[in-house]
Amino acid sequence: MLSTRDLNLKIILGQLYALWLREFKVFLRERSRLIASTFTPLLWLFVIGSGLGSTNLQIGTDYQKFIFPGIICMSVIFTSVFFGSYIIWDRKFDFLKSVMVAPSSRTTVFIGKTLGGMTTSLFQVAIILIIGVALGINYNVLSLLQIISIVLILSFALTSLGLTFGSYIESLEGFQLIVSFVVFPLFFLSGALFPIDNLPAWLKFITLVDPATYSVDALRNSILHLGTYSFELDIEILLLFTLIMTLIGIFSFKRMKAV
Amino acid sequence: MIIIENLVKKYGDFYALNGLSFEVNENEIFGLLGPNGAGKTTLIHILATLLKPTEGGAIVNGFDVLHDATKVRGSIGVVFQAPSSDDMLTGYENLKVHALLYGIPRKIREKRISEVLKLVGLEQRKNDQVKKYSGGMRRRLEIARGLLHHPRVFFLDEPTLGLDPQSRDTMWTYIKKIVREEKVTIILTTHYMEEADMLCDRIGFISNGKIIALDSPSRLKQEMGGDIVKITFVNGIHSAKDFTNFEFVHRVEQNENSVIIYMDEVSSNLHRLIKDLEDVQSIEYKKPTLNDVFLKFSGDSLSGDSPEGGFMQRYAEYKRS
Repeated sequence: MLSTRDLNLKIILGQLYALWLREFKVFLRERSRLIASTFTPLLWLFVIGSGLGSTNLQIGTDYQKFIFPGIICMSVIFTSVFFGSYIIWDRKFDFLKSVMVAPSSRTTVFIGKTLGGMTTSLFQVAIILIIGVALGINYNVLSLLQIISIVLILSFALTSLGLTFGSYIESLEGFQLIVSFVVFPLFFLSGALFPIDNLPAWLKFITLVDPATYSVDALRNSILHLGTYSFELDIEILLLFTLIMTLIGIFSFKRMKAV
Repeated sequence: MIIIENLVKKYGDFYALNGLSFEVNENEIFGLLGPNGAGKTTLIHILATLLKPTEGGAIVNGFDVLHDATKVRGSIGVVFQAPSSDDMLTGYENLKVHALLYGIPRKIREKRISEVLKLVGLEQRKNDQVKKYSGGMRRRLEIARGLLHHPRVFFLDEPTLGLDPQSRDTMWTYIKKIVREEKVTIILTTHYMEEADMLCDRIGFISNGKIIALDSPSRLKQEMGGDIVKITFVNGIHSAKDFTNFEFVHRVEQNENSVIIYMDEVSSNLHRLIKDLEDVQSIEYKKPTLNDVFLKFSGDSLSGDSPEGGFMQRYAEYKRS
């Protein structure tokens, strides 16, 4: 016999699996979504990477390789925040209502959603990593494990961010505004496209506040051994950011109107 | 099964529900009948714990909707007005996701999914994506989904809204089947009078957030004074006999050329009524509909405050003309 607590845990795991399964199936069937969201990072990688790379910058490595970690982050940032926005669709088409009327807690629904976001991000990053091989980037087991961990942590945090916005905003148009004011700055100010060592003070300050900076730096550490800060510090800051985003996200989800 | 006490839901100054109290018995089909905007959906949302009432409370299957929301949710099934299945998933996948959400153990999950698919006649289409389903099929999938976890109470919010007459008939057949096979208490909302008449054991008329009448369809119609027979005579009513002597006649109204008789059971009593009558030009017979009853109880208020409330009245006028 299972104790009530074990039983509850089993049910909660089942619920998480259900929510993840739904997201995963939709993801597999909406290939256009996958193709479209992989295309933009590749455009950056090849056009900006090759274009600026031809100008002989002093960054210690080939520019295309230099921005490779940043492009991975870009893919995660866009995918994850957008993924959170799909909660607006779920509300519009009443799918969320049917979930809310089931005996699962809001926290479970929230975590289930973020698991879906993490999976989506991971798939996209996998495609970019494979293309990286063609660009002459070398991985080993350790660096791959590090990359996966960083992607999962960052994606968890940013899906939470997307879900937080999605729980307050009722229209997709409103969400576009968030994208301009939050998603683009997160990316551009993360040092994904330039080294952050010799920036003017004001810009340096903003990049230090941007949590994405530490994911770019962590990836640069593990892929290129070119980080500004230590890998451990990067991960610690990322985890702290993720914790804060998760708490805010769950709080927002709990006070979100069901109908 | 459901006890509703003094339920109030305010949006700003607008009362969506205005002091609602009634009870629903076990294993009955209870119909909430009223025009759009009367508060039916608001009530369902409160009973399903999706909305919190401003005042008052309700007990569903022994659980308080305010303090035991999770237990309430575990014991109810809900079919919302708009289909809420994910149309990228197949019918089967939608059911599987919800079976997991309700914590149905793996051993009985597959069996129960086949059971409900069979119940609503979708087993042939279970592996098709829901976006390929017709409106009626989607609605039936929702019903199957709502019944997965053997709920004690089943809410159906406008189950036939927007369906063509044939799909509506099919839906009614399925709803009757559910009651027979699943032994659930059903609360359904509708603004189709004939739907309520056909399916419900008891009906609550709801208008402007209040229950204005509550009884079985037949007794509600009896309140109108039974069946109505109008006899028109060729040469005025001088030849008419005294109809009030019959035990089955409630009331007689005399006009210049005709009498209107309110009576029980026209089908079995008409022959006695018209025996030996001469100079009869025509006999008209009308059974009162729930529509008549609703108009009697709601009066003018129907076309008043509620934004879409005029609909039923206009509809009634249209039917009369």
